Amino acid sequence: MENLVYTALFAPLIGSLFAALFGMSPKKQFVGVVTSILLFVSFVSSAKLWAYVSEHGPVHVRLMDWIVAGDMYVPFGFNVDQVTAVMMTVVTIVSTVVHIYSNGYMEHDKGFNRFFSYLSAFVFSMMVLVMSDNFLGLFIGWEGVGVCSWLLIGFWYHKEDVTRDVNPSISPSWAANEAFIMNRIADLGMLVGIFLIYWNFGTLQYDAVFERVPEMGHGLLVAIGIFLFIGAMGKSAQFPLHTWLADAMEGPTPVSALIHAATMVTAGVYLVIRANPIYSEIPEVSYFIAVLGTFVAIFAASMALVNRDLKRIIAYSTLSQLGYMFAAAGLGAYWVALFHLAAHAFFKALLFLGAGNVMHAMHDELDIFKMGDLRKIMKWTYLYMGLASLALAGIWPLAGFFSKDTILEVAFNEHAYGIWFILWLTAGLTAFYSFRLVFVAFWSGNRYEKFGMHPHEVQPYVLWGMLPLGILAVIFGWYHESFMHFVTKLLPAYEMSEHTHHMTGTLITVTTLIALGGILVAFRLYSHKLKRNEKIENSMPYRVLSNQYYIPIFYERVFSKPYAELSDIAWKEIDMQVVDATVDGIASIVEETGDSARGMQTGNLSDYLKWMAFGLVALAIMAVIVAMKS
Amino acid sequence: METFAFYFLSISIALLFGVTVMSKNILYAMTSLAAGMVLISGLFFILGTDFLGVVQLIVYVGAVMALYSFGMMFFDATGNIDEKHKDSRVVFILGGLSAVVMVVIFAAPLMAEHAHSFYPPVEGATNPQAVGLVLFTKYLVPFEVAAIMLLVAMIAGIILAGKRMDESLSKIEDSELAESSAKDDK
Amino acid sequence: MIGLGHYLVLSAILFSIGLVGVIRRKNLLMLFFSTEIMLNAANVAFAAISSYHNDLAGQMFAFFIVAVAASEVAVGLGLLILLYKKRGTLDLDKLTLLKG
Repeated sequence: MENLVYTALFAPLIGSLFAALFGMSPKKQFVGVVTSILLFVSFVSSAKLWAYVSEHGPVHVRLMDWIVAGDMYVPFGFNVDQVTAVMMTVVTIVSTVVHIYSNGYMEHDKGFNRFFSYLSAFVFSMMVLVMSDNFLGLFIGWEGVGVCSWLLIGFWYHKEDVTRDVNPSISPSWAANEAFIMNRIADLGMLVGIFLIYWNFGTLQYDAVFERVPEMGHGLLVAIGIFLFIGAMGKSAQFPLHTWLADAMEGPTPVSALIHAATMVTAGVYLVIRANPIYSEIPEVSYFIAVLGTFVAIFAASMALVNRDLKRIIAYSTLSQLGYMFAAAGLGAYWVALFHLAAHAFFKALLFLGAGNVMHAMHDELDIFKMGDLRKIMKWTYLYMGLASLALAGIWPLAGFFSKDTILEVAFNEHAYGIWFILWLTAGLTAFYSFRLVFVAFWSGNRYEKFGMHPHEVQPYVLWGMLPLGILAVIFGWYHESFMHFVTKLLPAYEMSEHTHHMTGTLITVTTLIALGGILVAFRLYSHKLKRNEKIENSMPYRVLSNQYYIPIFYERVFSKPYAELSDIAWKEIDMQVVDATVDGIASIVEETGDSARGMQTGNLSDYLKWMAFGLVALAIMAVIVAMKS
Repeated sequence: METFAFYFLSISIALLFGVTVMSKNILYAMTSLAAGMVLISGLFFILGTDFLGVVQLIVYVGAVMALYSFGMMFFDATGNIDEKHKDSRVVFILGGLSAVVMVVIFAAPLMAEHAHSFYPPVEGATNPQAVGLVLFTKYLVPFEVAAIMLLVAMIAGIILAGKRMDESLSKIEDSELAESSAKDDK
Repeated sequence: MIGLGHYLVLSAILFSIGLVGVIRRKNLLMLFFSTEIMLNAANVAFAAISSYHNDLAGQMFAFFIVAVAASEVAVGLGLLILLYKKRGTLDLDKLTLLKG
């Protein structure tokens, strides 16, 4: 059993290191093949571990001692329990599909080997994150995924910076820096949380900490909960640290599929789920998390309504669904959040990969208004993306229906009617903008010909690679009962009250209606020949939404520029004038002393005799003084 | 009597040595040095160290000063010498300080009560006899070493200052000698 | 009465006269004269102490100083002659080779 754990954990690392050997060389096909195979091995181990854990319970291994300093003991330990098994399997299956896909997508890229190295390193960090049995290991994985996402978003780092109206993300390296720095800011909060945990609990192991949670003071738990959530906010791009997610679309599409749909952004949700004993004790913080999640859900959906960029629409939908997950977790239904996490991973990754196909066909064109009627040429991609969008909209019997509806039920059950209403509205908006994307790109009349493009479908093996995700997006929801039984062995079960049970039918109907309504509106507006309405496009609400509520510009003016000025001052005034001057001053003192001492060496015998006499007299006086003292 | 002699001698010695140090004329300096040394030997006689006084006269005044005189002849320094002096005050202060310090250093052990003599003179012997007794018994090795040192110094002096040392004058024919001296004259 | 202190003071004065000369003199030959003065001053001190403490060791020391001084003069003058032959002057300031 331990071997399975180590295999699942280290296979991606081996793949990454192997690919790194060829990092500077031109593309070598076997690099992509080997890393994909190793990822598949990791997936098989994860699946086997899931099966094992469901029968025998959690598997706990300890690789070695890491920090043994005084009272502090932190090992490299890994604990595969039900939650971890779910996360591992989701991560590895999506990663395997993405690796196979990348073989096709990055075919002509010069940095082919480097890409696979980074990708596998990312998966390794994510595995460390979910498999660790202590907060410090979690943090290591946390930082690792942050670094790898920086490497991957900025993969095409040689692209120049441009202004915001040309490209709202300015450039891949700028977007990578933004992502990393925002994550770092949030990590500070998380570190404070971890410090608080260590300081008060004396240990960082999950089991030890969670045992003693009931004994701790309420204020302390609130503080810990808040600080850990700040870390989750950065990783899962909750408001106000959300701007990096949309800009992260500068990276290659497989990166968006893996990182920003399925894995890294879900790390924040994982943290909240993992720390559920803490959050169960502090319902006010949990409620705040739920409210924030709801706000983000509708906030992101509003920005997706008017966007023209293919990947950005999907990015905003990710942001919106993350809000759903946090809403569920905040309301105490942790297993529901985990379920939605898994389902979302599948259909979102599928959506991104489909978008990648479209981009490849359209020579990296991202504006959906330059596409149209692609369903006639790219049948399979159309099918996949349609399926994924249906799942996203929450239509029965696809996966999204089971998870999203359960979240709405939970909100209703908690008598959080405001949350319910907003989430319900967002479901309609989600359906609308997802199908706006589908109809504008795949229906609505051929617009690409006048740009001289000749799109074609991708190679068959890529489509076969996407099939597992497609299947899962369809069938995953049907297993929600057994999923619940499996996961609630660890997580608290969530029982709906009797009142809600009666209302379930009504709730489902209402939700489905608004989803179908959204799809219909999109159909009416976009499926036939497209008419651009200039008046609407220039109106204030439209412009506010398409500029992301001007928040990035606000951040730049209020935070980035003053900070840059501060750094400038620190450099010019403090570093150069104080520090450098001090060091130079010491050096010049030494030099000048030497210079003046040079006067002793004149070559003149008379001067030397004078110095000798002087020394003699001085020594004699000192001898007399010493002798007189004693 | 002794008091008068001591003060007369000491003041004269100090003045003469002052002339040696300050004079611009080598001849004056040398003469006053020689005179000072003679008077020092007089001091030795007052102290009762007769042998030392005689040695001073013979060696210092006779030999050393003669050497210096020959040197002066060689350097052709009968005229006045101009010397540039930069900071005289520092020099004199240094000198004064050193005098004071020296006195203090000398005086200290003598204030002590526990001085005892290593080689007291034998009863009934005159000073030369006593000196001889100690010199040739206890100080024999240093005496011999000093003799060798003098030998070495003599040889060194000859080699440093001599001309045409590789030829032996007694072995050259008379005619060659005349030729070479004629060449030298040119 | 003349005590040991008087002689020691005299010796100290003579020594410092010699020291002043050593520092002041620019002609090498005159420098040697000053060195002689210093040696003589030491001799006076040794002889005085030897006489007042009835210890012959002082006189022994004085003898050896005399011997050393004599050989020193011999060798020193030889060197001075060579230096004069080579450089043509005995003035210290003119003999200085260092420029700094």
